[in-house]
Amino acid sequence: MSNNTFTRRGVLRTGAIAGAGVALPTIFTASSAAAYTNEPMGSSVTLGFNVPQTGPYADEGADELRAYELAVEHLNGGGDGGMLNTFSSDALQGNGILGKKVEYVTGDTQTKSDAARASARSMIEKDGAIMVTGGSSSGVAIAVQGLCQEAGVIFMAGLTHSNDTTGKDKKANGFRHFFNAYMSGAALAPVLKQLYGSDRNAYHLTADYTWGWTQEESIVAATEALGWNTVNTVKTPLSATDFSSYIAPVMNSGADVLVLNHYGGNMVNSLTNAVQFGLREKVVNGKNFEIVVPLYSRLMARGAGENVKGIHGSTNWHWSLQDDASKAFVKSFGTKYGFPPSQAAHTVYCQTLLYADAAQRAGTFNPCGIAEALEGFEFDGLGNGKTLYRAADHQCFKDVLVVRGKENPQSEFDLLEVVEVTPAEQVTYEPDHPMFAGGALGECNPGS
Amino acid sequence: MLGLNKKDSVLLLVVTLLAICAPFILNPFPTGSAMAQFNAGYPDLMQRFVIFGIFAIGFNILFGLTGYLSFGHAAFLGVGSYSAVWMFKLLSMNIIPAITLSVLVAGVFALLIGYVSLRRSGIYFAILTLAFAQMSFNLAYSVLTPITNGETGLQLALDDPRILDAAPANAGSLPYPSLFGFEMSDTYIMSAGAWQFQFSVGYYVCAIVLLVSFYLAMRLFRSPFGMMLRAIKSNQQRMNYTGLNARPYALAAFVISGMYAGLAGGLMASMDPLAGAERMQWTASGEVVLMTILGGAGTLIGPVLGAGFIKYFENIFSKINDNILHQWFAFMPDGIEDIMVTIVHPFIGKGWHLTLGILFMLVVTFLPGGLVEGGQRIGRLFRRRKTGRNDNADSTDSTKKPAE
Repeated sequence: MSNNTFTRRGVLRTGAIAGAGVALPTIFTASSAAAYTNEPMGSSVTLGFNVPQTGPYADEGADELRAYELAVEHLNGGGDGGMLNTFSSDALQGNGILGKKVEYVTGDTQTKSDAARASARSMIEKDGAIMVTGGSSSGVAIAVQGLCQEAGVIFMAGLTHSNDTTGKDKKANGFRHFFNAYMSGAALAPVLKQLYGSDRNAYHLTADYTWGWTQEESIVAATEALGWNTVNTVKTPLSATDFSSYIAPVMNSGADVLVLNHYGGNMVNSLTNAVQFGLREKVVNGKNFEIVVPLYSRLMARGAGENVKGIHGSTNWHWSLQDDASKAFVKSFGTKYGFPPSQAAHTVYCQTLLYADAAQRAGTFNPCGIAEALEGFEFDGLGNGKTLYRAADHQCFKDVLVVRGKENPQSEFDLLEVVEVTPAEQVTYEPDHPMFAGGALGECNPGS
Repeated sequence: MLGLNKKDSVLLLVVTLLAICAPFILNPFPTGSAMAQFNAGYPDLMQRFVIFGIFAIGFNILFGLTGYLSFGHAAFLGVGSYSAVWMFKLLSMNIIPAITLSVLVAGVFALLIGYVSLRRSGIYFAILTLAFAQMSFNLAYSVLTPITNGETGLQLALDDPRILDAAPANAGSLPYPSLFGFEMSDTYIMSAGAWQFQFSVGYYVCAIVLLVSFYLAMRLFRSPFGMMLRAIKSNQQRMNYTGLNARPYALAAFVISGMYAGLAGGLMASMDPLAGAERMQWTASGEVVLMTILGGAGTLIGPVLGAGFIKYFENIFSKINDNILHQWFAFMPDGIEDIMVTIVHPFIGKGWHLTLGILFMLVVTFLPGGLVEGGQRIGRLFRRRKTGRNDNADSTDSTKKPAE
């Protein structure tokens, strides 16, 4: 006699176990080994846009994000194409990259290295980003660049001005389109000499971190070569919001030029304090007292308002440039968002296009292939004139703009005017220049 | 089991099980689906859950048991990270010397700070620890740049000595932290149908360390020493009158909890060899206080839950952007879709702080005992329904729940 005690529960249980047993071998078939990290398998490719959405550089971050979205739209063939039409390389067809639709993920760096790396790692590990780009401060850019090198994806630096990004902390997987502190100094020096003469006493206020130091070093070197004398260099904490106590000593120091190595909110506050103290009306050693802000941006100029009038500085790009590429970019950005782009927006837009173009030309998303396509790449039509991506340190060499706060602005965006376009040759340096020495690119890392 | 009573053994087993199965539990949604946005089962975030769990467990030994609210615990985490990275740079990429040094250095550092700070209690103690931590942050950020590499953070370089390691085969690339040949960054990806589960070596190393530290904390909670610490919290004056000197006990608790923070810092550097000064900032110290309170101060599992909760929001909600919202609400008519996106917009992306803040407020208002209390209430609700009139036994039971 058979012992038929089939209960409902028993049958279910046996069924479940059997099912799990059958399914088990399929579970353990790992996904096929990719040739490099996050090789895009489907019909789309994911880029990671890692920008500060909170914290002191949130304004720049928001503008960068707008430009990224615009770049993705243009790469996928939407909109009016922007600078794709003026770009000297015509590999990109407006059908994504290598025929794959471009998608993106965004993250918040909080302007903290830790948070930026966490966000970048989640893009790489979770969302399968093949390239990470962004950063509105050099510390973050350097930290994320290191991470991308380890993980085996390309990093296209956004707004980072420190010499170290392509100097002692350069990495084979990292590329920078933005200019750097050395270039600012080299571009500003001739203009300063012409305007203020070669017999000046400069006083530096410097944000107390890596970027501030490299900028101070660069400007001091450039101005001392003109014959200027450096009276004093004072470090100010990054978190400072009131600079009165730092400005007061300037008045009695015998200096006749104040150099503010500050960025973002720091610069807005220090410049405002300096103007409030009447520094600009002062006459020292028989000369008018002058203020110089080596790194300028329109967002900062807007923050400082009236105070920027007549103050000189350098910038990577400005929307009032009249070449075809800049006009095309300003037009498509303005159509979409209703106001002109900042230099941060411009540089990240270019970086996205440059990456896409390199992938298209290389015929692969392999970071090593892309690096090879970018190294020594010469291009034009992205708003900065002829530009070279130097192979030795992955830095772009292009013209640098010297700008001045406009006396009679026509609109709330029309705050800066271009005084001079310093040609690329004048700001080019040797890869082993002492300010950049000490690091090594290493080898490109394609990851797994 | 292992010198624990039945209840604690069960708790330890549950935590062990959760830790082992985390890659499955945290990835409930198929890859590529709209809900995949909420998956948290990727190595970096899992490691962060565990590491901040350890950090919060350690903090809870001080705050939950003795009642001393330290507002500078991130300093120990930072010091631990720096020590670990220096160990990677100078000695070897093996994580054992690195973590050992970070625990030791954090311990010594805690001894120094604790010795001074514990002369005061209450708000004065909190302010003293905060001051020390901010001091460490500012030193690391600028003055000590040769040691800490300032704003950029301490990173590995190609030309580091690493005297114990053989020269790497590939001279052009940086080595990864490893444990006797197992690299922390190694990940095995398992595809099961639409799902993808990631098993990372680094995560399991962290998980083992978490279990050990959880077990130690458990033993400490139940020990006579733990009882003494609780005595400090309930009435230090009475303790003094009975002839007991509270300070050595408090100092010991402070050092132990500092060492836990150092351990967390060392692990963090082992998973991702970079140490930045922001790790020591007061916001980071505040974060661990939030984690502990959110999860349930003085409970064993609470801080770990709180840590997971906060890290989840920081990493998942901050990555949702308008584009994704439009996909979610795409089924609605255009006008309503835009309205929905506008309503939700402030709470995602850069607004993740806001969402977290609201949830924190809700938890603190309605569940003063933290998430653990929420769990207990739900548990009680179910048991009451099951046993009907047997309320009395239940409520006495729940008051005996671990470690109040």
